[in-house]
Amino acid sequence: MISLICYNFYLLNVLRIEEVTKQYNGVLALDSISIEIPKGSIYGLLGPNGAGKTSLIRIINQITQPDNGSVYLDGELLCPSHISQIGYLPEERGLYKNMRVGEQAMYLARLKGLSKKEAKTRLLYWFDKFGIRNWWDKKIQELSKGMAQKVQFIVTVMHRPKLLIFDEPFSGFDPVNAELIANEILQLRNEGATIIFSTHRMESIEQMCDHICLLNKGKIVLEGTVAALQQLYGAKIYEIVFKTNNTKEVLSFFVDAYELRNHNYDEVSAILKLEVAFKENERPSDLMQNLLPFGELMQFVQKLPSMHAIFLDAIGKTDMHS
Amino acid sequence: MEKLLLIIRREFLTKIRNKSFVVMTFLSPILISILAMVVFYITKEDTPAQKQIVVVDASSEVVAKIVEGSETIQFIDYSTLGVEVAKALVQSEGYDGLLYIPPFHSEKEKWANAITLYTEESPGILFVETLEKLIETTMMSANLRKQGVSLENLKNSQVDIALRQSSFSGAIASKLGNGLKMGLGMGVGYLIMMFIVIYGTSVMRSVIEEKTNRVIEIVIASVKPFQLLLGKIIGNTLAGLLQFFCWGLLLLVFTAAAKFAFGVHFDEMSPQLSQVSEMNGVGQIQDVALEIGKLPLLRMFVFFIIYFVGGFLLYSAIYAAIGAAVDTETDTQQFVLPVIIPLIMAVYVGFAAVLTDPHGILSVVFSLVPLTAPIVMPMRIPFGVSTLEIVISIGLLLVSFLGIVRMAAKIYRTGILMYGKKISYRELYKWLRQ
Repeated sequence: MISLICYNFYLLNVLRIEEVTKQYNGVLALDSISIEIPKGSIYGLLGPNGAGKTSLIRIINQITQPDNGSVYLDGELLCPSHISQIGYLPEERGLYKNMRVGEQAMYLARLKGLSKKEAKTRLLYWFDKFGIRNWWDKKIQELSKGMAQKVQFIVTVMHRPKLLIFDEPFSGFDPVNAELIANEILQLRNEGATIIFSTHRMESIEQMCDHICLLNKGKIVLEGTVAALQQLYGAKIYEIVFKTNNTKEVLSFFVDAYELRNHNYDEVSAILKLEVAFKENERPSDLMQNLLPFGELMQFVQKLPSMHAIFLDAIGKTDMHS
Repeated sequence: MEKLLLIIRREFLTKIRNKSFVVMTFLSPILISILAMVVFYITKEDTPAQKQIVVVDASSEVVAKIVEGSETIQFIDYSTLGVEVAKALVQSEGYDGLLYIPPFHSEKEKWANAITLYTEESPGILFVETLEKLIETTMMSANLRKQGVSLENLKNSQVDIALRQSSFSGAIASKLGNGLKMGLGMGVGYLIMMFIVIYGTSVMRSVIEEKTNRVIEIVIASVKPFQLLLGKIIGNTLAGLLQFFCWGLLLLVFTAAAKFAFGVHFDEMSPQLSQVSEMNGVGQIQDVALEIGKLPLLRMFVFFIIYFVGGFLLYSAIYAAIGAAVDTETDTQQFVLPVIIPLIMAVYVGFAAVLTDPHGILSVVFSLVPLTAPIVMPMRIPFGVSTLEIVISIGLLLVSFLGIVRMAAKIYRTGILMYGKKISYRELYKWLRQ
């Protein structure tokens, strides 16, 4: 029974990283990192430059080996045969300039283990999907940066890997194409792939990721679902919209009893907007009760912090500690 | 294995589709053939103009004989004018020079050293030598006459020896044959050196290209860096071999075509060969062909290919490691120089050692040391090298290839993912120890 539970537990995570350590010339790039990446999730791997993201990604791709620790894909210790199950779009990416688009895509597809026929079918499917079939015989050097990025995206995903790793996938794309790629990534997730997403663009984290892991200086600073982290970091700040003619009284009530962060009153509509921070023992429902005699409560919402704010806050704290 | 084949195929195709490869392969034999034909016709047509030299012979010993002159020199005897007047005349009349022979001196040496050639511009060394020879022969013949010996008699009493050379096993060799062996050996050694440098650089460029294009990380997420390195080296070696065969084939075709169309005999054009023929007094093209037929051609060809491939693999691995360690081609110089040195040493020491003694200690050592063996051994093989020596040499080459490719792979593995850092030898050593 126990083994069955364990088995199921492992199957819930497509990737399990256990105590992985990596050093480069005496500098600790990864310090005993353990992460579990749930199947079907979009997992954001965040962190400032030099945090260890690329080192970790390279270990998952078996480009480098960890000094210590192990990595499991679907419960199996990572080995060369897993290459065909992983798709990787590195941050520093490019293509052979002198090769033709189709030929190059075929080459990279076949290196991932696809047969000639299969590679051709899948590539044509993607080329048609992106409406770029007429690029097949073009040389890479004839393409713009954005066009080349599309080809790279196709090459990353066309072997239908169960784990996809995107390192700054949107860099080099204009907003229209970035949207297109973002939708494709979501689509791939819906079709069952698990996605590791490394980026500096916080808005895309909020938009796409359900889990995140924040690395700094080779260590995990934060980990969890985006919703939980926002709760954790933003639990005690509420935005209140209140219709009242008795502004002074309301404000003095707040100043006495709560920590008032911000306020704004529109005389024409008689609407007062407040931002209130709660102390540990204070409950929002109590405040709601107390407010009712002063006027009409229009909105009472918890203000969730942006991932950007969480990122800065967490990194700032760890930097201060170190 | 399948991935390795894919990489080899890509590298090979990329290389042979490259414009410079096509140009090098098809244009250079054409250019060489045209050049050879031009040289052939020029040397054939261009007999140097006869030079007019005024002679003032105050000794009255020489002039009588040398005035006959030669094909290249015509003498005009102005002994009666005296040297100063003759000088002025030579300048005003535009003669090519003035040869002044001073009054005879009892001390032969002093007299001989006082013979002077006046010219407007410095004369060519060959011309001076011809002139010296003429005077020497004239004087010698005069001296012999004084002693009652005629030059005719002396010539008749001379015997020309051309040693018949034979090994104990009965293989006959000749000077002509040796000359051919030398020529072929040197040519082959030089060719291998050239190919190693050209293709080694091309492997290095291909590594740098992958780095600067940033395609490397995509590729090594699918294959091991070692596979990529090996595929690159093998693909380029195959392209090199293909180019070599194309050259051979094209040269044969052009030789045949030139013979057919213009009646040019390329054999006549090799100065070394014709010199050897003259030396030996044979002077027959058929003999050259006969001598070539006597050479162990198949053996030479087989070992040429083995050493070509072996040397190429060894050096390409080093070149690939250099490519991985740098960001741009301009940064490669400090690392390339130490690679070029053994190659150049192999060619020149090979030339000198094989020329003087193909089986001497220097030749043997250089044909065993793996870094020079691919060049020096093919130079020696036409002279007959024991199979044991060849086996040892190839064995050493193979072992050191495996060693070097492992070291190169370590540097390669680390270097390809390293950007924007100038790498020192110390750094490379660190990578090797990782």
